[in-house]
Amino acid sequence: MTLSQRFGPYGGRYVPETLIPALDELEQAYERYREDPEFVAELAELQRDYAGRPTPLYRARRLSEKVGFRVYLKREDLAHTGAHKINNTLGQILLATRMGKRRIIAETGAGQHGVATATVAALAGLECHVYMGEEDIRRQELNVIRMRLLGAEVIPVTSGSGTLKDATNEAIRDWVTNVGTTYYIIGSVVGPAPYPTIVRDFQTVMGVEAREQILEKEGRLPDAVIACVGAGSNAIGIFHPFLEEEDVRLIGVEAGGYGLDSGKHGASLALGALGILHGSYSYVLQDEDGQIQEAHSISAGLDYPSVGPEHAFLRDSGRVAYTSVTDDQALEAFTMLSRLEGIIPALESAHAIAYLSSPECPFGEGDVVILNLSGRGDKDVYSVAAALDMEAV
Amino acid sequence: MNPRVPEGKSAKPSAAAAGGEAESRLAQVFELAGRPLLIPYLTGGYPSLEGSRALIDRYLESGADIVEIGVPFSDPLADGPTIQATSQVALRAGITPRDVFQLAAYATGRGAPVVLLAYLNTILARTPEVFFERCRDSGVLGVVVPDVPVDEAQELQSVARANGVDVVLLAAPTSTDQRLDRIAASASGFIYCVSVTGVTGARSAVSADLPGFLRRLRDRTALPLAVGFGISTPEQAGEVAKSADGAIIGSRLMSLMQEASSEEAGLEAVGEFLSAAADAVRKARSG
Repeated sequence: MTLSQRFGPYGGRYVPETLIPALDELEQAYERYREDPEFVAELAELQRDYAGRPTPLYRARRLSEKVGFRVYLKREDLAHTGAHKINNTLGQILLATRMGKRRIIAETGAGQHGVATATVAALAGLECHVYMGEEDIRRQELNVIRMRLLGAEVIPVTSGSGTLKDATNEAIRDWVTNVGTTYYIIGSVVGPAPYPTIVRDFQTVMGVEAREQILEKEGRLPDAVIACVGAGSNAIGIFHPFLEEEDVRLIGVEAGGYGLDSGKHGASLALGALGILHGSYSYVLQDEDGQIQEAHSISAGLDYPSVGPEHAFLRDSGRVAYTSVTDDQALEAFTMLSRLEGIIPALESAHAIAYLSSPECPFGEGDVVILNLSGRGDKDVYSVAAALDMEAV
Repeated sequence: MNPRVPEGKSAKPSAAAAGGEAESRLAQVFELAGRPLLIPYLTGGYPSLEGSRALIDRYLESGADIVEIGVPFSDPLADGPTIQATSQVALRAGITPRDVFQLAAYATGRGAPVVLLAYLNTILARTPEVFFERCRDSGVLGVVVPDVPVDEAQELQSVARANGVDVVLLAAPTSTDQRLDRIAASASGFIYCVSVTGVTGARSAVSADLPGFLRRLRDRTALPLAVGFGISTPEQAGEVAKSADGAIIGSRLMSLMQEASSEEAGLEAVGEFLSAAADAVRKARSG
């Protein structure tokens, strides 16, 4: 079967001609291996024995009591490397080795995808280079050290704003230059086709597990599934197996930053205009001349001025409702979950938690909600401490 | 004597009318010259608007046959560090696509054939209809869109064509024969042949595979073939012109400006480089 390159009008392949044959090669390899029994078995084994899957679906009793409905947390924070990113990198490294590529590159924002890539490159014995914005290197020192310990080279990106979008540009430039030898492990459901499809498929394991787990625990499907949305891989992965279930509401929470009217946020679905970033047609934060704008979020992983093309499609179709919460709401949720459940969430996931206590959250007594706790918050403790101290002064 | 933008129609069937399409004025520029062309690039608004006009003047005085003007974009993923840096300078100074159209009109006013380099998001922002109307109004003959491969080009091409403008397609050394077939079938104006796998920027040598790559294209099209990415000496431009119909030089010229002690010194260096390149390009096919 041939993979579709678009989700409605969104997606596509807006990259230099040099890369198109490489995207064709990737697409062919993925079509060949995605249902290959040996590939599937090897991936399943790694997911189980290496990454620790299935991750638990945990009924958060004190949180549920606080918000007034039953909340289950999909514990991606317990996956190896501390976030859902490993699901994708394990799948892609198996593709890379089967394609005979010896050199791995990746972009990273918060560093979680960089760590997950450095991890699987070490596992496969491949050389690994991770592009990371200068600004993010400063903000996420812990992950930079982890990547280096894992044997990856972290390449600082100084062009543009020195954040995730610039790191992605540099990774694409590296790929154009070294396309024969290099496999680019993209970290989210963005980029030129077939990446949004490949990353989604490898992340769908979260939704498949959550669906089985909730049926086992509650004997029914949930009323809603909630996830944060930056570029959108954790959300797509948990939403996908529920798309056909009309009674399950799907809610994506974007980064509201300082507020949607502040001009400093990461809410590309709420306020972006249609355009191209990193090879894909979707909603993009940009000015009237099409210059890409800086996103802002307290969470580096949501600090991206566009969103995966499938989210654009799901927004237009109305199947998923997208909303946003601010930095302050996310911070509050960060400490709330830490104290109520003894779980320090990633700041990204804290955005989804914050939605549960926002005035627009419609759920109440008797409702059952699954929330994707996409990662753990160790990486964020310094920035949270700094933010809270500032408030205390 | 520089080629001029053709106004009338040429008598014989040619690349300019390949495939029964309306005639391409851009292809005619190559045809009327009857020799390889020198195509220098500048980032619109670099080092300033005034500086860009001075560069255009210097390009034309030093033997440029076509001037390529880049519309600065925040995320130029096909470009190397040099053109990224010049784009940043222009953007920080507040240069907009409107300013670049004025530069294009300035160059066409001096009789120069002009092509633009624009990323797709720049074109979509004001809609392709508006973008190509402005191209037409400022005399632009073609637009190179480095992030639009042939598969995604059709809609742009039809809007462009309605305004008498060519979308210049790119071909790469990695393009398969099948893809070169599609590019050849769909291209107009000229084909921008990327000489190396990589981004724009000066390289130490011209790829040894270049003549073979160009032959693969010649087998498929009568359109002019211009080569860009990595040409960094006048000698390399001459080398390229032995097998290509045009040599595109960008990063090297921009870095001459960046490295110069003053704008005047930069213009001098650029003029000297281009005069030598023009010589080399013109002599490439004789002897």
